[in-house]
Amino acid sequence: MEFDLAFIWAGLIAFSVLTYVILDGFDLGLGILFPFAKSDRDRDVMMNSVAPVWDGNETWLVLGGGGLFAVFPLAYAIIMPALYMPIILMLLALVFRGVSFEYRWRTTRWRKVWDAAFFGGSTIAALCQGIALGALVQGIEVSERAYAGGWFDWLTPFSILTGVAVVVGYALLGAAWLVMKTAGEVQAQMRGFAVYLGAATLGLIGVVSLMTPFQDPVYLQRWFNLPGSLWTMVVPLLMLVLTWRFFASLKAEKDHEPFFAALGIFVVSFIGIGISFYPMMVPPSVTIWQAAAPDVSLGFALVGAVVLVPLILGYTAYAYWVFRGKVDPEEGYH
Amino acid sequence: MFDGASAELLARFQFAFTVSFHIIFPAFSIGLASYLAVLNGLWLRTRDETYLRLFTYWKKIFAVAFGMGVVSGIVMSYQFGTNWSVFSDKAGPVIGPLMAYEVLSAFFLEAGFLGIMLFGRERVGDKLHMLATFMVAFGTLMSATWILSVNSWMQTPAGYGMNEVGQFIPEDWWKVVFNPSFPYRLVHMVLAAYLTTAFVVAAVGALHLLRDRSDAEARRMFSMAMWMAVIVTPLQILAGDQHGLNTLEHQPVKVMAMEGHFDSHDHGAPLILFGIPNVEEKRIDYAVEIPKLSSLILKHDLNAPLAGLDTVPDDEEPPIAIVFWSFRVMVGLGFAMLGVGLWALWRRARGRLYEDRWLHRAALMMGPSGFVAVLAGWVTTEVGRQPWTVYGLLRTSDSIAPVEAPAVAASLIAFVVVYFFVFGAGTYYILRMMNKPAATRHLGLRDGPVRAAGITPTQQVSHDTSVLD
Repeated sequence: MEFDLAFIWAGLIAFSVLTYVILDGFDLGLGILFPFAKSDRDRDVMMNSVAPVWDGNETWLVLGGGGLFAVFPLAYAIIMPALYMPIILMLLALVFRGVSFEYRWRTTRWRKVWDAAFFGGSTIAALCQGIALGALVQGIEVSERAYAGGWFDWLTPFSILTGVAVVVGYALLGAAWLVMKTAGEVQAQMRGFAVYLGAATLGLIGVVSLMTPFQDPVYLQRWFNLPGSLWTMVVPLLMLVLTWRFFASLKAEKDHEPFFAALGIFVVSFIGIGISFYPMMVPPSVTIWQAAAPDVSLGFALVGAVVLVPLILGYTAYAYWVFRGKVDPEEGYH
Repeated sequence: MFDGASAELLARFQFAFTVSFHIIFPAFSIGLASYLAVLNGLWLRTRDETYLRLFTYWKKIFAVAFGMGVVSGIVMSYQFGTNWSVFSDKAGPVIGPLMAYEVLSAFFLEAGFLGIMLFGRERVGDKLHMLATFMVAFGTLMSATWILSVNSWMQTPAGYGMNEVGQFIPEDWWKVVFNPSFPYRLVHMVLAAYLTTAFVVAAVGALHLLRDRSDAEARRMFSMAMWMAVIVTPLQILAGDQHGLNTLEHQPVKVMAMEGHFDSHDHGAPLILFGIPNVEEKRIDYAVEIPKLSSLILKHDLNAPLAGLDTVPDDEEPPIAIVFWSFRVMVGLGFAMLGVGLWALWRRARGRLYEDRWLHRAALMMGPSGFVAVLAGWVTTEVGRQPWTVYGLLRTSDSIAPVEAPAVAASLIAFVVVYFFVFGAGTYYILRMMNKPAATRHLGLRDGPVRAAGITPTQQVSHDTSVLD
C-alpha cells in the first residue's frame, strides 16, 4: 500500500496549527484580559499561571511555519508574501509580548510599560492571526508559482471580522483558563467575563460562517458534497452540545469544564474550516498535492515527526502536570 | 530614507539586521545553558553553596537572554517566506525538513524543560531538575547542529538534484546533512558560543573582584572562565584554521576576499596583515605583509601558487572590503582572547589570579569580545558567499520574494525601531543584574515571594486597572 504522504502531512500541519491555536490561544487571551485585572497582584497571578509553559506553546507556531516551509514550500512561498503586513506585525507583536514575561519583573518604573506591551502584543498578534485566516479564506491570487496580488489585498471587511473574532475567541480561552487556574476574586471576575465572551465568540462564529460562502460559493458546495454529508450534521450538533456544556458548567461554578468546553468550540470550528478548505492548501487554486514537496522530503521529515511528536506531546503534558493546580499567589517568580 | 533602494537590497539589509540581532542571543545561551548544567551538577555533587548561588544568579540572566532569543528566532522562521519566497520554494525541499527537525528535536526540548529548570526545582526534586537543566543545554546544541547544517548546505551544497520546476531535490540525505563544510562550521560555532559565554562570565567575575577580592562567587566564576579561555581558545584557533582550509577547497573566492588577494601569486602568496582594500583599483593600499606566509598557512608550502580575484568574473565576487575587515576583527579578537587566557594561566601558577587588578580590568574589557567576534565571523562567511544564496547555484537576486520595495522598507524600519527598543531594554536589565554580586538575594526586584499574605501595600491598590492610562 502506498501512503499518501502529502495528505498525511497536511493533517500534521493542521494538527500543529490547531495545537498552537488552543495552547497559545489561552495565553494570548490572558494577555488580552490583562488590563481588566483589578490589581497588580492579580496581574502577577495571571502571568504566573502561564509563565512556565508559554514558550512551549509558542513553539507550535514555529512548527506551523517551519513545517509549512519543510513540506509545502510552494504554499509557504505564496502565503508569506501575500500576508506580508499581518505576518510582520504579528511577529513584532509577539516580540513585545514574549519579552514582557521577564522584563516586567526586572523593573519597577517601567513595569506599566511592559504590562501595556504584554496586552498590546497579545491583542495585535491575535488580531493578525485572525486577519491571516480571513485573507486565506478570501483566496490568494497566484500566477506561475508566486503570489500575484498587491500588498494590501488581505485588508477587507471580512478579514477584519475574522480578526476580531479571533481576539474575542482567544480572550474567551484566556478567561476560561483563569477560571481553572485561579481562585477567589480573579476567578469570580473571569467567570463573569467568560459568559459574555462565550456569547460574543459564538455570535461571531455564526456571522463568519454565514459570510464564508459569499467569499467563494465553492465553500458551500464542499459542505454538501462530502460523502453522505455526515460532517455537515456532526459539526453543528457538536457545537450545540459544547455550547450547552460551556454555559451550564460556568453556571454550576465548575473549575475545569468551561475551559475544556471552550477548547472544544475551537476544535470544532477548526474542523469546520478544514471542511471548507479541503482539498485546497492555498485557496482558491493550489491543492495539497500541488503545494507538497517531493516524496523524498516528505518521507524524511515524516520519520522524525512520527518519532518526535509523540515525545513532544509527552513531555509537554508532563510540564503541564508539574505545574498543575491553582496558582499560588505567594510563590513569586523564579 | 531608502529612496531608490531596490526591494532586494532592502530585504538583504533586513535579513542581515534581524539575523545579526538574533545570533547574539543563541551565541550566549548555548554556552550559558551548558555552564548552568555544569554548575547545577557541581552543586549536587559537592553541595558547595557557591555553585548553587552561581546557578541561581546565571539562571535569571539566562531567562531574559533566552526570551529574547526565542522571539527574535520566531521572526527568522517566517522571514524566509516573507522576503525570500523564491528561495524558499526552490530550496525548501532540501533545507525545510532540516529546519523541521530543528523545531521538533531542539526547540520543543528547550521550551518544554525550560519551565521546569526555571520554576520547578521544588516541585520535581533535584534529580529531575538536573535532567531538565541538561535537556535545555542539550536542546541548544541540537538546535545549533541542525541550523548549521542548513547554513552549511547553502554554502557547500551536496546530495541534491533538480526537478522540472527548478526546485532542489534531495537525493542523499546523509550527504545533505553532512555536507562538506558542516562539521567544521559546527565545531567553530559551538566553540565560539562557549568562548563568548566564558568571556562574559569572566567579565562579571572580574567586575566583582575589582570591587571585593574576597567575593567567593566572583572568584569561582572568574577561575572557571579563565580555565575555559586558556583551554578552548587554542582549540578554536585550530578549528578556525581547519575551517579556513575547507573554505579554500570549496569556496576559494571567499578566501581570496578574506586574504585581500586581488592578484594571483605563482610563487608563494604573502599574508596581508593590514591594509586598506581599494576596490576600484583592485589592490590593497598601505599593505603590511609577510611574504609567502599565506601560501604556507593555506597550502602548507612556502612557494605554492595561489589564485587571486583576477581569476574571478566581477559579477561573482563578494563585497571585498567588508569580508577583508570582518575577518581581521575576528582573528584579532581570537588572539586577544588567547592572550588573556595565557596571562591568567601564568598568574594562576603564581597564585595571583585573584590579585592581579590589571588582569581583571583586561577581562572586564574583553567581556563583549565574544559577541563581536561571532558577528564578525558570520559577516565574513555570509558576505563572503555573495552573490549566492545557494553557493554557485542560486543567485541572491533570483531568490527574492515578489514584494514591493515600500513594504520591505516599512518593515525594515519597524524592525530597527522595535529591536533597538526591546532588546536595548533587555540588555540594560541584564547588565543591571550583572552589576549586582552573585550572592544578592533579590536580583530581579520582585523575584522572591513578594510580601506576606493579606497585606496589600497602598501603592498596589491605587494603581487599579490603570495599565493603559
